[in-house]
Amino acid sequence: MKSFTYERATTPADAARIVARNPGARFLAGGTNLLDLMKLEIETPTHLVDVQDLKLDRIEPTDAGGLRIGAFVSNTALASDERVRRDYGVLSRAIVAGASGQLRNKATTAGNLLQRTRCPYFYDTNQPCNKRKPGSGCAAIGGYSRQLAVIGSSEACIATYPGDMAVAMRVLDATVETVKADGKTRSIPIGTFHTLPGGTPERDNVLDHGELITAVMLPRPIGGAHVYRKVRDRASYAFALVSVAAIVQRDGSGRAAFGGVAHRPWRVEAAEAAMPRGAVEMSKAVFAGARPTDDNAFKIPLATRTLAAVIAEVKP
Amino acid sequence: MASETFQLSRREMLMSSATTAAVSAIVSETADAAPPAQSLPTYKVAMSVNGTAKALTLDPRTTLLDALREHLHLTGTKKGCDHGQCGACTVIVNGERINACLSLAVQHDGDAVTTIEGLGTPERLHPMQAAFVKHDGYQCGYCTPGQICSAVSVLEEIRRGIPSHAQADLMAAPQPTGAEMRERMSGNICRCGAYSNIAEAMADVAGARA
Repeated sequence: MKSFTYERATTPADAARIVARNPGARFLAGGTNLLDLMKLEIETPTHLVDVQDLKLDRIEPTDAGGLRIGAFVSNTALASDERVRRDYGVLSRAIVAGASGQLRNKATTAGNLLQRTRCPYFYDTNQPCNKRKPGSGCAAIGGYSRQLAVIGSSEACIATYPGDMAVAMRVLDATVETVKADGKTRSIPIGTFHTLPGGTPERDNVLDHGELITAVMLPRPIGGAHVYRKVRDRASYAFALVSVAAIVQRDGSGRAAFGGVAHRPWRVEAAEAAMPRGAVEMSKAVFAGARPTDDNAFKIPLATRTLAAVIAEVKP
Repeated sequence: MASETFQLSRREMLMSSATTAAVSAIVSETADAAPPAQSLPTYKVAMSVNGTAKALTLDPRTTLLDALREHLHLTGTKKGCDHGQCGACTVIVNGERINACLSLAVQHDGDAVTTIEGLGTPERLHPMQAAFVKHDGYQCGYCTPGQICSAVSVLEEIRRGIPSHAQADLMAAPQPTGAEMRERMSGNICRCGAYSNIAEAMADVAGARA
């Protein structure tokens, strides 16, 4: 690990200011992803700003009837919250489907949104990777791509967003609240928070350097049956090959977002009108324009079948 | 005979490899022109470890795991993968289990840490330690401290109503069933495959409580 300096910020705006003025600085929350990447020297920050003292560890009701989840709320605390389990079950389900008990105790809400890809070529510093080293090429294209993206990818990158939590937040229409060094705040809909790789795969999201996530807002609950179904190589403690976060109403209408298939949680709102007509029809619209590799083309029928299983599970 | 003259024991062989490795490490450090040690930043960290106040001055790169093992000489906590994949380094911080390898010691200034050494002693075993002995919950024993810290925390998490992937109803209180405990222990890998005996040890302790 490269040497770095460390400090604890005292307010969110203070943390944003410190990081914004130092190009080598990074925020440190739980550290479960960042420290792993620092050990491999994939991430080499020169200064870490610890955000644990910013009092962002609360879940509070909003005036709009939803919830405001502090950025530093742990995955365990979020999945365990009674309001989340009752009104946003898909979110609890998605969180407990990810990582291990130890990691969920340490990992935070904002950190999970910022989790970097698990593409094996991003992790192997001997390989070219446009995300890790812009312009170096993509060894995943034509390489071992079984776990990688089938849609929304580019000639530069076929990495996926690896997490589960954000897939549920996508189906819940969450918004990400941030603060910048000048104290200005913004609300970013989760659907536009993560970017597609395009020609700039080094970017995972729309945040500026030094822009700090302070909270994730959930709108008023919409009822319905909440399901998170994750398909992976082993029954626990593995990243998704495909996952489906869904909220289905009694009349069969609903919403669904897919994990493990793209550089961001994949949801096509226009396809959801087809949900009452079944998974095959809806899936056709969700994955229109998909460009899978020979190794991961299986993900599209797998996603269709996973969605079918979800719809069957919630049928009254 | 020549073949006897040059025959090295396995131990000598390992020692000579270690010497070679040490020499190459020195060479590469010189080549990298590492900054002199005194210019590297250090930070003061105060923690309660197994109920005893500890004060350390550390390079910020020091993980909680290395602080425990290399600085406090509590070598019960093991380093397996050092990347949060195996669970051998599991310790309990402020009542919650974490991977000590994926946490910087400086993040834990003011925290209370419990390691395997703080759960029980050879004379007075923690019930989970005793159950692992009774049910043969290990073979080589390397993952065992992490397994036990995790197992103790898992039963506490079930008691506190923390949900898991194995739960059918998110609003119901979780129960210490085999399926629940196996799911919750998935972050602890055992290369020897002592899983079934670990599950029996946990069920024994959970049953005693129930």
